Amino acid sequence: MVITRYHPVHALLYLAVSFLAVGMIFLSLGAAFVAALEIIVYAGAIIVLFIFVVMMLNLGRETAQQEKEWLKPKVWVAPSILVLVLLIEMIVLLFSDSSQEMQVSVVDPRKVALSLYGEYIIAVELTGFLLMAGIVGAAHIGKHKRPSLHRFLQNGDGGKENATQPPQRESVTNEQTVLHD
Amino acid sequence: MVLTVATVLFALGLIGVLTRKNVIFMLISVEIMLNAAGLAFVAAGSKWQQPDGQIMFLFILAMAAAEVSVGLALVLQIYHQHKTLDVEDMKELKD
Repeated sequence: MVITRYHPVHALLYLAVSFLAVGMIFLSLGAAFVAALEIIVYAGAIIVLFIFVVMMLNLGRETAQQEKEWLKPKVWVAPSILVLVLLIEMIVLLFSDSSQEMQVSVVDPRKVALSLYGEYIIAVELTGFLLMAGIVGAAHIGKHKRPSLHRFLQNGDGGKENATQPPQRESVTNEQTVLHD
Repeated sequence: MVLTVATVLFALGLIGVLTRKNVIFMLISVEIMLNAAGLAFVAAGSKWQQPDGQIMFLFILAMAAAEVSVGLALVLQIYHQHKTLDVEDMKELKD
């Protein structure tokens, strides 16, 4: 349902439903901590981030109309067939040798925490670096700046603008360059 | 069984990335794919009763959060410069 909606907000709501469902699967797998994290971080933070961006971009009805024009069957049939081939292949691979029943085994959050800060401490620190770089990068990219040209291009643009106003100055500079040459 | 669900979720996200032309929908589909990968990790960790699967899911979660923040900042910037979200209009790197 998420990938077939035309309106971004509807897709986001279905995405939240999908995240909650995956969280319930985690809960039934015996990973309660991960389920809580899934709901808090995905359904709480990432969805809100998407909703803020959709709100700031002011995507409304005409965007949905445009999406409806883009999403023709001619567009989505061929990739869907390719992905369905991949899906069938993977499912056959999964069911070819899985005779044993999947048993539910609760992994203790205590074990997770001990392993996380024991043998994976380097990875935790690297994740901190990654998040820091993400924050700084997002703040830098999202900064409101006017599209700045390189200084060579700026000179070219300035020359063009001057050329539109006084045409004789351009010829003078041309003569000067000719003289210099 | 859980791996089948993860596979189906991954395939749906892949269809979304391949067919959509709006950047926001492509980011949403990438989120679905990351979620499917995390689901597979947690299922594997639960099968072998090891905590490594959940730890990998935590890393995937942090990575997804960073990726979404940077991606959405890029989307904002693209929209301010192009006034569109079509991926086929963004071809400054071509020439």
